[in-house]
Amino acid sequence: MNAVTTSEQATTSNGPTENIERHEYDVIVIGAGGAGLRAAIEARMQGKRTAIISKSLFGKAHTVMAEGGCAASMGNVNPNDNWMVHYRDTMRGGKFLNNWRMAELHAKEAPDRVWELETYGALFDRTKDGKISQRNFGGHTYPRLAHVGDRTGLEMIRTLQQKVVSLQQEDYRETGDYEANIRVFHETTITELFKADGKIAGCFGYYRSTGKFVRFDAPAIVLATGGVGKSYQVTSNSWEYTGDGHALALRAGATLINMEFLQFHPTGMVWPPSVKGILVTESVRGDGGVLRNSEGERFMFNYVPDVFKDQYATTEEEGDRWYTDADNNRRPPELLPRDEVARAINSEVKAGRGSPHGGVFLDIASRLSPEEIQKRLPSMYHQFKELADVDITKEPMEVGPTCHYVMGGVEVEPDTTMSTVPGLFAAGEVAGGMHGSNRLGGNSLSDLLVFGRRAGMGAAEYVDGLAGVRPAVRIDDVAAAEQRALLPFSSATEGGENPFVVQLELQKTMNDLVGIIRKADEMEMALKKLEDIATRTRTVSVVGHREFNPGWHLALDLRNMLLVSLCVAKAALERQESRGGHTRDDYPAMDSDWRHVLLVLSALGEDNVELVRKEQVAMRPELLDLFELDELKKYYTGEELGGHRAGSAADSGVENA
Amino acid sequence: MSYDAHFRVWRGDSEKGELVDYPVEVNEGEVVLDIIHRLQQTEAGDLAVRWNCKAGKCGSCSMEINGKPRLACMTRMSTFTETETITVTPLRTFPVIRDLVTDVSFNYTKAREVPSFAPPPDLEPGEYRMQQVDVERSQEFRKCIECYLCQNTCHVVRDHEENKENFAGPRYLMRIAELDMHPLDVADRKQEAQEEHGLGYCNITKCCTEVCPEHIKITDNALIPLKERVVDRKYDPLVWLGSKIFKRSGA
Amino acid sequence: MSSTTEASAGRAQIAARTLRTDRWWLPPLANFVGLALWVVYATVRAFMQDWYFVPQYNYLTPFYSPCVSNGCVEQAAHFGRFLPDVWWLPYASLTLPFLLLFRLTCYYYRKAYYRAFWLSPPACAVAEPHKKYTGETRFPLLGQNLHRYFFYIAAIISLINTYDAIEAFIKEDGSFGLGLGNIILVINVVMLWAYTVSCHSCRSIIGGRLNHFSKHPLRYKLWVQVSRLNGKHMQLAWTTLATLAITDFYIMAVSAGWFADLRIVG
Repeated sequence: MNAVTTSEQATTSNGPTENIERHEYDVIVIGAGGAGLRAAIEARMQGKRTAIISKSLFGKAHTVMAEGGCAASMGNVNPNDNWMVHYRDTMRGGKFLNNWRMAELHAKEAPDRVWELETYGALFDRTKDGKISQRNFGGHTYPRLAHVGDRTGLEMIRTLQQKVVSLQQEDYRETGDYEANIRVFHETTITELFKADGKIAGCFGYYRSTGKFVRFDAPAIVLATGGVGKSYQVTSNSWEYTGDGHALALRAGATLINMEFLQFHPTGMVWPPSVKGILVTESVRGDGGVLRNSEGERFMFNYVPDVFKDQYATTEEEGDRWYTDADNNRRPPELLPRDEVARAINSEVKAGRGSPHGGVFLDIASRLSPEEIQKRLPSMYHQFKELADVDITKEPMEVGPTCHYVMGGVEVEPDTTMSTVPGLFAAGEVAGGMHGSNRLGGNSLSDLLVFGRRAGMGAAEYVDGLAGVRPAVRIDDVAAAEQRALLPFSSATEGGENPFVVQLELQKTMNDLVGIIRKADEMEMALKKLEDIATRTRTVSVVGHREFNPGWHLALDLRNMLLVSLCVAKAALERQESRGGHTRDDYPAMDSDWRHVLLVLSALGEDNVELVRKEQVAMRPELLDLFELDELKKYYTGEELGGHRAGSAADSGVENA
Repeated sequence: MSYDAHFRVWRGDSEKGELVDYPVEVNEGEVVLDIIHRLQQTEAGDLAVRWNCKAGKCGSCSMEINGKPRLACMTRMSTFTETETITVTPLRTFPVIRDLVTDVSFNYTKAREVPSFAPPPDLEPGEYRMQQVDVERSQEFRKCIECYLCQNTCHVVRDHEENKENFAGPRYLMRIAELDMHPLDVADRKQEAQEEHGLGYCNITKCCTEVCPEHIKITDNALIPLKERVVDRKYDPLVWLGSKIFKRSGA
Repeated sequence: MSSTTEASAGRAQIAARTLRTDRWWLPPLANFVGLALWVVYATVRAFMQDWYFVPQYNYLTPFYSPCVSNGCVEQAAHFGRFLPDVWWLPYASLTLPFLLLFRLTCYYYRKAYYRAFWLSPPACAVAEPHKKYTGETRFPLLGQNLHRYFFYIAAIISLINTYDAIEAFIKEDGSFGLGLGNIILVINVVMLWAYTVSCHSCRSIIGGRLNHFSKHPLRYKLWVQVSRLNGKHMQLAWTTLATLAITDFYIMAVSAGWFADLRIVG
């Protein structure tokens, strides 16, 4: 009774060939991770009939992998914290390439979003006075991460999932139908977005379990599909992270920015081979863990870049004192932003000072008592014990960089999260801009909440603005989407390759040629290879039936992976500097002239992309004034700094506090 | 360090199915899920399996390995001998969709039947104050990754399809315990646990605890304490006597 | 048979009751044998009405404590004699039923005998033989919910056992004595207390039923201790079966004159 489930028979020769289940909603949220669920909750609370579409089961989203915590300047542990400090940390972490408006909204709204979770039933770890406890993390000036041991992401996903259920219970009490206003379509993959008159009209997908197609008619779609890490061989991301939202947006005519910036998390497992890439939380370092090379040296002291010299300890003694007395000591360099640590590990391994399996040592065993380790890092203990047979209370872990997060994503309007396509919204990892060139740990979970909510609100407002005039899905588009989805089964791909083989090739190409350290010639080679892979992707062929057929699913995901890989490679080749998650061997320095340049990508057909440069909007003066001029000078060109308070004060001769 | 193992994997759907033998390569450090993936990439491209994180955090790859309900990503091949035949089947309590994938909607239905967290009406966001010792018990239960291995193993529904209607299963009885122990939850859940969610079906044979990959002490810390809380409410002979007398005099 | 093997409700059709390859049948078998042997021994002893007391050292076996039958030796009857002396009524009939019920409704023993005797289920992921199952939802198993009241009574009986163990330090002639029997009696009583206190009901009463530990620091501390013991409830359940049988056997043997008590003092 909730959704209009009419069957639509093919009426024209180019119409769909089978009955396609059809649903109508006000808002469709694609993705059921933190951002998607928060968006759906908001849309439903704004009175919109909402559907959540999830590639896997409800509650299994990649958000569960987030371990460390959710950054919000509540000031529970250190009262000096506030949104301005958080804002500054975020901009520094992103090397000032961030969309400053997003960073501002994020820093201001994160505490409210975290507190809200408590009203949904979340149980964070507590301080002595009963408030939410906060922990230290790389790049954050004060203890700022709300957490639950090292399973914060799980707590968040479960909390939001349970909130969705509670809204459904509310609807059930009123209408007798749990799914009257918010419904989860799980194990459903969206392969195409539909537009009409330049606006979003709906989307098309298939149920993974039955292979049957389904069509959604809705004027607003929120993309919350997460990242692109599965295009890399060594990654902390699961199979779902095939860049679906990025690719859907591109194919719908939206633009992507910052795609050259990929975060390689410094600490992924390196052994055994089957778990290579699985995340080792940054909390290990936040709680005292240190990095050592094969010579036993705490090498991070050799890698503190100039821009951070003032904020980090120069001796082991000072670094160690910081854990107990943060106000009078500087933090240890193990807690530098992730890009710095990842590069340092990479250099150590290259210099021959790596661990037996090609990583470095992360040692917590000699720093905390076994009981303390088990209490603070239970899932890490569990993970190493069960997967690698390593007891982290006795031995050091072996870790190395792993592809973790894409800073780039759909270009959105910060306040509403709407993309350049009317009716298409994006929140969470799939959206670009918020984190600039590098994301701070803990800023992801807060990003999901802040912009998930804004996406839900934005979508609801947009639907209201349409005043009942909804774009209608064109039947030809449905037929075309169906045909494309069935391509891997068709005779056109006869003799085509196994999608698993092509995927492996793609992952290897990206890993080896557009990885953590990049060179022009390698990336040119990557683009050539991707061209070849594009041809092969078009003709991959699968055997068997449509019910839960992993080969078929991969064949369809593959074209998304290809499209985003092209974006990453193209943008990375274009940007001739090193900044955050983009490191060029041939341009090792950060270049102020590149700071204000955004690389914007749009699709050219099924498997090509176009890149244009765009100027970053200048930061609002009062936000710029939150920084000292000396610091800004490290990132900005001289002419950009005219509006800073120091400059204007000097001009007007007024003393400025 | 690699060898050829003998796998027997259940292939089929809700109509029919059988165990199919596969010889397959195994390398050092691998887990059962790696082997299933190798089968997909080589001999059985359409072998259906559900998985996500491959690190024991999402609870997707639940299946039965040599008859034991387990997460395939957390079952190391080194726990088997090289000559052993390894039998892999889908969960046997839920309807099968295809191969190793089952329809776990039973669990989502049950989840919806448990009344949600009921916060104190006068408390604003940001004003919540809870002590660590007061949240720790519920936090243990919130470690649950919803792999449904406990739901699958519990003989109440595994062996008795007809009980599915009246029994929420260990995972959702634990959810009730979690909320009942929540320091700020204002709902009373004891009566309902017994009457609506079938707590009485549990005969505390502890299989849920045995299979829990998160090592949550479901029986000792959730189900038995919940049973005791129900006793407080429902089976205290003095309370019972009082209510009888009250009823009689009231009638 | 059970739904697990039956082709019902769209489940994967697998005929085997279980595909477990380990020796899953061993623990229930061991439990069955262990519990059965103990029950046989205890029954025989309870109805024996002999060799339960060593007057010389004041040793009274826990199986006959408190000895309240008219058939009891006067010295052994610390709490009076009032039950008729008939063969079918054990001398400690006042308390034995409650001890039996305490253990019968104990959360650990329930697991053990549901698995070992009733095969419901015999082991995890092994199909049970019963067609129907209603668990503890109706009479008589609904009565399992009375465990906590049997716990209260068991605590009182443990007090009586403690009294017996202390009394046993005073010999027939009124002087202090210490023998192996005393040590056995004391160990038994300590174990009985540990088992009784580690009971799940006790854990709930002591503090488990509270939602705000922070407001009851003392009860929280006690709860932590009881919880620690509770983690060993199974071990304690078996240990006390052993100490009870050993204590009783030792006293029977000394009483019957099969061997003499090993004396340390007096």
